[in-house]
Amino acid sequence: MTNEEVKEFISGIHPSAVFDETGEWLNIQIDALEWKRLAKLLRNAPFNFDYLFCLTCIDWKTFMTMVYHLSSTIHRHTIVIKAKVDRADARIESVVDIWKTAEFHEREVYDLFGVHFTNHPDLRRLILTDDFEGYPLRKDYDDPVNMIKL
Amino acid sequence: MYSQTEILKEPGVISSNSTEGELVINIGPQHPATHGVLHLVVTLNGETVKKVEPHLGYIHRSIEKMCESLSYRQFIYVTSRMDYLSAHINNHACAMTVEKAMQIEVPARAQYIRVIMDELTRIASHELWWGALAMDLGAFTPFFYAFRERETINDIMEQTCGARLTMNYMVPGGVMADIHPSFQQKVKDFIKLFKSNIDEYDELVTGSIIFQSRMKGVGCLSKEDAISYGCTGPVARGSGVNCDIRKIYPYEIYKQLQFDEIIETAGDSFSRYLVRIKEMKESIKIIEQLIDEIPEGDYQAKTKAVIKLPKGEFYTRVETARGELGVYIVSEGGTTPYRIKFRSPGFSNLSALDHMVRGSKIGDLMATMGTLDLVIPDIDR
Repeated sequence: MTNEEVKEFISGIHPSAVFDETGEWLNIQIDALEWKRLAKLLRNAPFNFDYLFCLTCIDWKTFMTMVYHLSSTIHRHTIVIKAKVDRADARIESVVDIWKTAEFHEREVYDLFGVHFTNHPDLRRLILTDDFEGYPLRKDYDDPVNMIKL
Repeated sequence: MYSQTEILKEPGVISSNSTEGELVINIGPQHPATHGVLHLVVTLNGETVKKVEPHLGYIHRSIEKMCESLSYRQFIYVTSRMDYLSAHINNHACAMTVEKAMQIEVPARAQYIRVIMDELTRIASHELWWGALAMDLGAFTPFFYAFRERETINDIMEQTCGARLTMNYMVPGGVMADIHPSFQQKVKDFIKLFKSNIDEYDELVTGSIIFQSRMKGVGCLSKEDAISYGCTGPVARGSGVNCDIRKIYPYEIYKQLQFDEIIETAGDSFSRYLVRIKEMKESIKIIEQLIDEIPEGDYQAKTKAVIKLPKGEFYTRVETARGELGVYIVSEGGTTPYRIKFRSPGFSNLSALDHMVRGSKIGDLMATMGTLDLVIPDIDR
């Protein structure tokens, strides 16, 4: 499997996807609304991206980016999917039913970034306490007592 | 269902549940079997486990946020405190990410030392796991056997790195200091000691029929589920998944080394146990190939005092004693990372626990959890 095949496949079903090959792996910028549909297709044949090894979020101050690192245990190919989410109303479709590892990882991102994953079976805070206020990994989060600033 | 806060309000550990005959029990946060501050809310029906819900965060330090204000030389020190049993390998992953971004060539001597240290760490980590697993199942003696060997490794580490647990020995460009003059001899002594003692492990625990009947057929995880849950390391290899990063994405000098990736296919607790026992022997094989071959030369490449990473994203994965550790750095070109993410192996391995123990007895929960080899600071970060 090559990056070209993946690019051709994705532009076929999602024409506005933006590709970036400057890094180690193929980066694909997609529309957040298209993510679930695309995820299902990528999980199945012929690509078999069955291993979601990293799921995280980046806060860019004006918007946030969800980052999904996908790998195929058959083809040993890795791609990175990125989806822009709104900062004030951060939400994206959950992929728990496709990759089970997403359950914990999405809860972690919800906990620390405040991204709401629609259709997640059990979206609660995972690491912080239930009554914690704010999302610590956002760039504007401030804790005057506990935060170390160098 | 009770929420976390409701359960904690209840005095004592047991609270009755609305569903007929079901009981909710809190295991931890302080419990000998969880090996750290992990809190499991277990729903039981009689002795049968209906559901296990891990509550994390008792040792959460927000290492990812902390790293955002630390320089590329400083942030490595924090990562020793994640998976403290694989401190070397954590440092290694971070150093490699910085080297990858800066395109620093690491001297051969440093690469050899790094791999030897990684493998010693792996053995030390598996030793502790072996002793602790036997203790979870009620056998106290193996713990002392395991520590007999582990202590030797700690002494070697202390002599060269100046620390026994959080070594912080790997730095961008190589290793912090050269090895101690007696390092090679001490490692060779350790190999001799380990080889003469490893068979005792099998006699004492592996062959025991009581141990086997508590392990076999317990906590089963299929290959598909292992991949779907993102399990890595001995947990996934016990289910037949080829996932040894040292083999599939070789780094440093692993490509030139002769060693086997241990795969067991049964997917139960016993196969995970066998994977780790055999892995220790493979690590010894790796160290034997390297210990007399350490080339002369620099132990550290010349790097600038202040490291500035170019703008971009960098990801490195390494094989720790627990599985795949990923370090993801997003750089904006400054002296500190804009965002850093540690993809810790324990976090994903723990997420499969509920699936593995549903429908089994509560005693099996302990046996299964023991073979997951959880290190809580690695999960909470």
